[in-house]
Amino acid sequence: MTEATADSPAATGSTKSGSLFKAGARTRKRHASERRFRLMGLSAVIFGILALVGLMTSILSNGLSSFQQTYVTMDVFLDPAKLDKGGNLDPADLEKITTFTIQPLIQTAMQKTLEELGIAAEGVNAKQAFDLISKEAPGELRRYILADPTRIGKTVSFDLLASGRIDGYYKGRVTMESAALDSNVSPEQLMLADKLKQAGILEARFNWSFFTAPDASDTRPEAAGLGVAILGSAYMMMIVLVLALPIGVAASIYLEEFAPQNRWTDLIEVNISNLAAVPSIVFGILGLAIFINFVGLPQSAPIVGGLVLTLMTLPTIIIATRSALKAVPPSINDAALGIGASKMQAIFHHILPLAAPGILTGTIIGLAQALGETAPLLLIGMVAFVREYPGAPPEGFFDPASALPVQVYNWTQRGDPAFVERASGAIIVLLIFLVIMNAVAILLRRRFERRW
Amino acid sequence: MTPSVIVLIVLGLAVAGYFLGRQRALKTSMRDGLKLHSLPAYHGQTVALFVAVPALFLLGAWLFLQPVLIEGSISGKIPDSAVPDGGARSLVMVDVRRIADGLNLVIAQGNVSEDELTDMRADFTNVRARLASVGVALGSDVSPVVFEAAKEYRSIERTTSFIRNIAVLVTALGFALWSLRRIQPRLRARNISETFVTALLMGSSLVAILTTVGIVGSLLFESIEFFKMYPAADFFLSTTWNPQFRGGSDLGFLPLLWGTIYVSFVALALAVPVGLMIAIYLAEYAGSSLRSFAKPAIEVLAGIPTIVYGLFALITVGPFLRDWIAQPLGLGTSSSSVMTAGLVMGIMLIPFISSLSDDIINAVPQAMRDGSYGLGATKSETIKQVILPAALPGIVGAFLLAASRAIGETMIVVMGAGASARLDMNPFEAMTTITVKIVSQLTGDTEFASPETLVAFALGLTLFVFTLCLNILALYIVRKYREQYE
Repeated sequence: MTEATADSPAATGSTKSGSLFKAGARTRKRHASERRFRLMGLSAVIFGILALVGLMTSILSNGLSSFQQTYVTMDVFLDPAKLDKGGNLDPADLEKITTFTIQPLIQTAMQKTLEELGIAAEGVNAKQAFDLISKEAPGELRRYILADPTRIGKTVSFDLLASGRIDGYYKGRVTMESAALDSNVSPEQLMLADKLKQAGILEARFNWSFFTAPDASDTRPEAAGLGVAILGSAYMMMIVLVLALPIGVAASIYLEEFAPQNRWTDLIEVNISNLAAVPSIVFGILGLAIFINFVGLPQSAPIVGGLVLTLMTLPTIIIATRSALKAVPPSINDAALGIGASKMQAIFHHILPLAAPGILTGTIIGLAQALGETAPLLLIGMVAFVREYPGAPPEGFFDPASALPVQVYNWTQRGDPAFVERASGAIIVLLIFLVIMNAVAILLRRRFERRW
Repeated sequence: MTPSVIVLIVLGLAVAGYFLGRQRALKTSMRDGLKLHSLPAYHGQTVALFVAVPALFLLGAWLFLQPVLIEGSISGKIPDSAVPDGGARSLVMVDVRRIADGLNLVIAQGNVSEDELTDMRADFTNVRARLASVGVALGSDVSPVVFEAAKEYRSIERTTSFIRNIAVLVTALGFALWSLRRIQPRLRARNISETFVTALLMGSSLVAILTTVGIVGSLLFESIEFFKMYPAADFFLSTTWNPQFRGGSDLGFLPLLWGTIYVSFVALALAVPVGLMIAIYLAEYAGSSLRSFAKPAIEVLAGIPTIVYGLFALITVGPFLRDWIAQPLGLGTSSSSVMTAGLVMGIMLIPFISSLSDDIINAVPQAMRDGSYGLGATKSETIKQVILPAALPGIVGAFLLAASRAIGETMIVVMGAGASARLDMNPFEAMTTITVKIVSQLTGDTEFASPETLVAFALGLTLFVFTLCLNILALYIVRKYREQYE
């Protein structure tokens, strides 16, 4: 046999192709194709990483500026002759103060400040100088006055929100050229803003109200905040946690430990794996048809959003819990049963505590998914414009609210480019929450993970 | 009493029941001189379970059904004359409900007493202004019929709520007494409570079934309503999609299907090769340092919510494709296009494909690789001629799962693909998909009972059926494949 092999045509053929140390043409070709394949793989990995980097850069470069906001600090004289005509601080009278009563006060303050600082406002009349201030500022001043009416008659130093265009000028969104074409702002106003900045009364600060303020109307991007959206998302997460965790764990325990092997159990299992892959928008249709139209729960309420997200999160939690239960070695169960524990005692006293870290990790990841989910919430009316904070739970679960991802979508649908900045900023906030949740999940896994 | 107060009372009763049951078990055992069959805590647990579960279940079911039943009985009493021409009875019911809520507010503020309300007549009092003063804005003046219906709605609601509260509390107390009285040393409390808990566990696993039933039921029910108003043949075969507010719409499904398939095709054409190559490279070539860095980085892409991808499409990819490719080549001027949505969706699917393929490639037995290397094959030849053919069923499964996700994806196409329904080959044109139209038809201002709104349910049903078929097929293929090597 060996001799036959040595004499075979293949063996003689290979010696023809030359030295063993010098690769033949065919070998070189094969090696080149190997290198090409390898390069393709590497470029695919690089493409994936670049996509991640591009995504993050795009969001961060657009959104980071929303954490800064331009304010104009001025001394405003709260003229009692205008605010409190009765002169007795009667609450009923004070309630009648409108933003129209307050506007002239700010306008006067503006003029006075300009005079004191000796700034000549070329080409800008009093009304246009006042337009540097946001339309939201009188409302804020009104709330400030009503919070403590004894302030009337005093001169207070107040931080007035600058208008969106002025804010955009310092963030590079508005330029002298674009202002010349813009009906909302003129280059002269921008020059005046520059002078105010030099005088130190116009400055950018950290934008706390972005996290606390409610949404604002289309023309006031500078005042729009995430307060209602964060609260709404938090309410929904509470509902999801309270409903999905117990139901999911109970269902997993049943399927993993008690369910007999029959068609019924198979049906449930197939069902769960299919539900995990049903498009999220279908859950929105379910919420609209069942919870809103059939049961009559209110639209845009966190309770409906919470229920829909619960149904969406359940498969994730069930799948995670089942694998956590499976990972507990059977010897623990056997030992418990061996010393006389009932099956229920073995599960609840021994297996479940050992599986708890895995269950919690799965739950947090499920919650993180639910937090970023948008499509189903659009259908149950969470896109509505909500300026009122929802009340305290449980009644607040039925008040209209917004949600973080829906607020992002809402802002992208508006005309003013300042809302793109807000939307990207909101995404950053959303991503920060997600990073925190995932980090907690990873820490839990690292800290408590056991290998048997 | 609001439902939350009732829930708290029932839970309080359950806690009290636990301690009473425990004490009673100990006491009877002392009195009779018998050893308890179960630990005292199990006696307490049994009582608590019997107090809380039936009562809360009753409350839940009642809250779920009450509005439906009341509405049915009131709606039957509204004469046909009160329903405006072209309007629907359900819209009148919405008014009735709003007025009833408003009246509750008026009473709560103490402006009007119960007796005054009973005498109030819509023809004499300006109900609309009254309600506006408590923040309930109505579109038109209140007709006497509707107002009477609202008053009746309110009174029925009050009565049923009262009966509900009584019923729930009686159930809780009744079960408390019954389960406390039957406590005696020989009662097998542990067995009883364990059977009870098993039933609860089984009930929880039914939620998955109920969800599916709810989805299929609501989709089917509303779709049938839709097909009663709009011919099914037109829906499935017409090539124009042109909804009108005033009726007479063309609701052809083909342009939406085309858009969906086109966007998904672009997405998969990007995601499948890239995802597969990433999986192969990381599994077969990459050193441990690159692996430990690149793998989590790619997985981060999978954890990012789709709204983020949508924004990325809207503010970065869309304008980039328009300014650098579509406009110079004269292909289009729209920043939202099939290409925009497809590419971004492709990026979203890359980690999905790569992690599924990674599992599949790792499942190919090492012996097959070794055999191939032993024959002198290079790595890439082994991958192309041994591993991939062996892993093919799994990869097809992953492809089908990714396709089902692409078809059902909503936010990226809503923000990236545009809203105009057209049948076109140019990928730089804005087109629309099934999911985009579901969102736009259901968030619009059209009334609910019109075909323009109900078409969303028919679209949802087709979407559900498509994705379900893809998923089942994929799971079938993946399962079958797994059996080969295990």
